Amino acid sequence: MKLKKNTKSSFATILLVTAAFIIVTALNSAGALSNLFQGLLVPICAYMIMALSLNLTVGVLGELSLGHAGFMSVGAFTGAVVSMSLTGTVSSSLLRLVIALIAGAVVAGIFGFLIGLPVLRLKGDYLAIVTLAFGEIIRSLITCIYVGVDSRGLHFSLKSAEALGLEAGGRAIIKGPMGAVGLQKISTFTIGFVMVIITLALIFTLVDSRAGRAIMAIRDNRIAAESVGIPITKYKMMTFITSAALAGMAGVLYGLNYSTFTAVKFNYNTSILVLVFVVLGGIGNMRGSVIAAPLLLILPELLRGLNDYRMLIYAVVLIVVMIMTNNATARAAIAKLTDRIAVFFMKRKTTENSATEDTSNG
Amino acid sequence: MTFLNHLINGISLGSVFAIIALGYTMVYGIAKMLNFAHGDVIMIGAYVSFCVTSYLNLPVIAAVVISMLVCTVLGIVIERLAYKPLRDASSLAVLITAIGVSYFLQNAALILWGSNPKIFSSVVAGLPTLSLADGRLVISSEAIITILACIIIMIALSLFTAKTKAGKAMRAVSEDKGAARLMGINVNFTISITFAIGSALAAVAGVLLCSAYPTLSPTTGAMPGIKAFTAAVFGGIGSIPGAMLGGILIGIIEIFAKAYISTKISDAIVFAVLIIVLLVKPEGLLGRKVREKV
Repeated sequence: MKLKKNTKSSFATILLVTAAFIIVTALNSAGALSNLFQGLLVPICAYMIMALSLNLTVGVLGELSLGHAGFMSVGAFTGAVVSMSLTGTVSSSLLRLVIALIAGAVVAGIFGFLIGLPVLRLKGDYLAIVTLAFGEIIRSLITCIYVGVDSRGLHFSLKSAEALGLEAGGRAIIKGPMGAVGLQKISTFTIGFVMVIITLALIFTLVDSRAGRAIMAIRDNRIAAESVGIPITKYKMMTFITSAALAGMAGVLYGLNYSTFTAVKFNYNTSILVLVFVVLGGIGNMRGSVIAAPLLLILPELLRGLNDYRMLIYAVVLIVVMIMTNNATARAAIAKLTDRIAVFFMKRKTTENSATEDTSNG
Repeated sequence: MTFLNHLINGISLGSVFAIIALGYTMVYGIAKMLNFAHGDVIMIGAYVSFCVTSYLNLPVIAAVVISMLVCTVLGIVIERLAYKPLRDASSLAVLITAIGVSYFLQNAALILWGSNPKIFSSVVAGLPTLSLADGRLVISSEAIITILACIIIMIALSLFTAKTKAGKAMRAVSEDKGAARLMGINVNFTISITFAIGSALAAVAGVLLCSAYPTLSPTTGAMPGIKAFTAAVFGGIGSIPGAMLGGILIGIIEIFAKAYISTKISDAIVFAVLIIVLLVKPEGLLGRKVREKV
């Protein structure tokens, strides 16, 4: 069977992730990983999903969302509430995590729909700044919310933890500015890996479908796409909701890896961090995102001395990558350079080949 | 009387937004790009002024002039290094670069000055406050200076764009870059001038903002920057009186939301205004409707 070029590349990416997972798991069971690195495994999976999800919006849809951390936040807090309120009824922590993941994705998807309704009628700079505004709105609203659970069910309040009126034995899950507290850490690396694979499969299927081609047509020329009868808003909304739901899922995975987390964790900086993953990996290139996310999360941990300059370096990466890939002069220079390198290596190869031939002859 | 007090505070805050929004609107009008780093230039301006007054012990006027000079140079350098190579690139690429510049400035400030907020001493500390109606209506000297500065800048800028050669060149470039070039206008130079003026105004805004709200940290400029962008869109992007009107309205909305609704969600309310304006009247209050040509 002859596979299409796209399909081949997709399989290669999935294989790459699987291979990495197997190697890391083997290393982990052999005790070769430090505590620090073990603690990074689940966040790496979560950020990989975030990068893929943002890449869907930026690379495939061609619009910039600066509020992606907001969806992650919605997912994380939903996941916290769902998993904690199910502790009594569902004993298997795996099942609880799966339910939390689905709930987080659904709620984030609903938020994506609600936000998409006004936002997707805009484009370009306006869309970016409005998503940023929504991210901030979500963050400031979450710091006002108190949620608790007891035998009578869930309680909500906008005032304080006491106003929840919990009975004895009940406990607060979300405490306004203190964030989600007292969680069970039920996220595992294996589930994280499965989620990354599901995300990749979903995005590849979407991109390779009729809908995916329509979305890319909108990205490449909105007016032309509209004039051949592609319903712009529908496809934009579809991509945006998928992207939001994936980010929500990543949020659940990330949140349930800790016993407490606050809404501040998912601020504008997180959105920018994920954007750096996407830009460095290559806009629209899913394999790039999958590689860039773990790379940029592990490198700073290894180079502790650079920690102060980490953000500064990220900023420079954003600017330099953009100029390198979008400026005609820079692109020509890079093309020339790669040509030279290729020629250089080719020459060496041929000389090496002739050299070996010489020795075999002699 | 509390209502009047809030109104004056709102106009004062709005004047700062208006000065920032002028920078946004001019750059957007000419370079057709959202200069995301504009808010951070404000922060740099405030830091420079802070350093000049507290470390060099120079008078306030010198601090304002030096911070304007530094920001002008900074604006031109940013434009030359980051935005000029992307003149013909897609708007997505330019936007990501602008975010990169903004992030760069914030983190450079973090490394230079640390994350601990600095206490900014007001530049008009010596002046008396104006107290009317038996002390029930108090107008701070900061508010008076801010509103005056805003009015002066607004008039000066309107005259500049209407009367001077450079101002006319700016309008021509914002109308049609190609045609302006054919008429012998140096487009790159004109864009540089625009960035220079916008950044100098940002420095003034930074000093005024930190005089009224004295905590200064590397993220000081980010929120006012976004709100000023909201103001620029509200008033109609590309329009100078629009930026003024939008800025003052946004300032009043923010102060009233803080006073009568909740301080926690006042930001959310300002952003809700942005979203409603973009949906109902995307060209803004005083903007011109531009038709999309295929």
